[in-house]
Amino acid sequence: MQDDVPVIEISGVNFSFNGRAVLEDVNISIRKREFLAVIGPNGGGKTTLIKIIAGLLTPRTGTVRVFGLSPAKAAPRIGYMPQDLGMGDDFPVTVEQVALMGRMSRRGFLRSRYDREDKKAVAEALELTGMKDLAREKVGRLSGGQRQRLFIARALAGEPEMLLLDEPTSNVDPEGQTRMYSLLRDLNETMTIVVVSHDLMVLSSYVNSVACVSTSVHHHDAAEVTQEMLEGAYHCPVDLIAHGLPHRVLKSHKDS
Amino acid sequence: MIEALGHEFMRHALYAGLLASVTCGVIGALVVVNRLAFLSGGIAHAAYGGVGMAVFFGFSPLLGTLGFSLAAAMVMAAVTLRSRRRADTVVGVLWAAGMAVGVVFSDLAPGYNVDLMSYLFGSILTVSVQDLWFMGAMCAAVVAVTAYWYRDLLALSYDPDFARLRGVPVTFLHYLLLGMIALAVVMLVRVVGLILIVALLTIPPYMAEQWSGSLARVMVLAGLLCAAFVVIGLALSYALNLTSGASIILVAATAFFANLGARKLLGRRG
Repeated sequence: MQDDVPVIEISGVNFSFNGRAVLEDVNISIRKREFLAVIGPNGGGKTTLIKIIAGLLTPRTGTVRVFGLSPAKAAPRIGYMPQDLGMGDDFPVTVEQVALMGRMSRRGFLRSRYDREDKKAVAEALELTGMKDLAREKVGRLSGGQRQRLFIARALAGEPEMLLLDEPTSNVDPEGQTRMYSLLRDLNETMTIVVVSHDLMVLSSYVNSVACVSTSVHHHDAAEVTQEMLEGAYHCPVDLIAHGLPHRVLKSHKDS
Repeated sequence: MIEALGHEFMRHALYAGLLASVTCGVIGALVVVNRLAFLSGGIAHAAYGGVGMAVFFGFSPLLGTLGFSLAAAMVMAAVTLRSRRRADTVVGVLWAAGMAVGVVFSDLAPGYNVDLMSYLFGSILTVSVQDLWFMGAMCAAVVAVTAYWYRDLLALSYDPDFARLRGVPVTFLHYLLLGMIALAVVMLVRVVGLILIVALLTIPPYMAEQWSGSLARVMVLAGLLCAAFVVIGLALSYALNLTSGASIILVAATAFFANLGARKLLGRRG
């Protein structure tokens, strides 16, 4: 695929839930190898936007194309990580088995067997996310941060061309966040990455474009990304800061 | 106690109990991890509608329960498809309506009164050779289907959204799973009766879950636990002349609470 052909192309998308408009007239075009941060107030539609791109939600109107295909057809090429970590759910499954679920788009003759290639890809993904030593651990024993790393590993295990990550580091300490974003920066060499996050300050040094989502979507293009531009995000509906996470934004600024 | 097996009906009861245990382990594990206990209870009770209609129209009660519980399962599958854990009202209505249909039709049936108690609490001591073949076939079908779809069922149970994105036929498997629960219900009605089915579907896998790192192990361990409950329960019912279904459930419940107490004492959690 040519670099100038958009990986994600959304036009005229409207989505409402129980009669309330969640997203209105969204138009975005995301290029190959873009590292896009999706920010905005809670309830602003960030997760909805990610789910529409992933193909989990279908918009009322408008078109969504991923790799030039419908999201359902593009799904095997997307690595998706949900926000919901299933905490408190003591499911009888190990870390490795969950990561293997990322490989399910490939199937052999026997539906329920994973082959050596699957195991290898999963071992690599667990290694990258620092979850290798926990491969045989039951998922119920993991902390929130470990679950997030596992879900990133599961998304990576399918060897995707694009990652959609919904708040991948909300349960991780600042050091872990830095490690995670360094990993994402490395992955960005080959992959397009879309990440929902509240951690503006961490993001500022890694991402190359920002989408402010608050029912409407403003996409700040990569070419003009600077510290100022990120601060420009503050000019998005003021709610972003007022109803977002004001203390957190200020605090992480001080820390760094 | 061994001389009890000299009776053909006791041997049949034992075989039926063991076949039901295999089904119970496999399907019970899926019921527990998917939080479908209430829905299984709904399918079990709705199945009684099939008994009443079978009596009224004069066909085999086994076919009646099979047809009715499958139909109830498909309706519940359609209702719970969108949000699998939030359809309890509809399940509750089907639960009650199915039973009411059963009672009304057996009222209307001329000059014949169905033995309600044998369906409510099971009739494992009257299992025929033909019943055993039928149960064996259903048991084999449930195990084969689960083995073939194991990976997909595991993914569906753990994270249905993610499973859908990985190409798992989530909608089909949801119907398939509920259909298999209906088959398990039909088998278990003979063993413990429709009132007690939920206990046998949930207690063994719940206990097994604590010692198992994978869904497959939960299935095997739950099957073994279930078999132990059935054998001990049958032995007690023979020795003390008690209702067999209720004896089996009391053994299971005792084990459940003993296990719970032991864990509390040892201070282990989740």
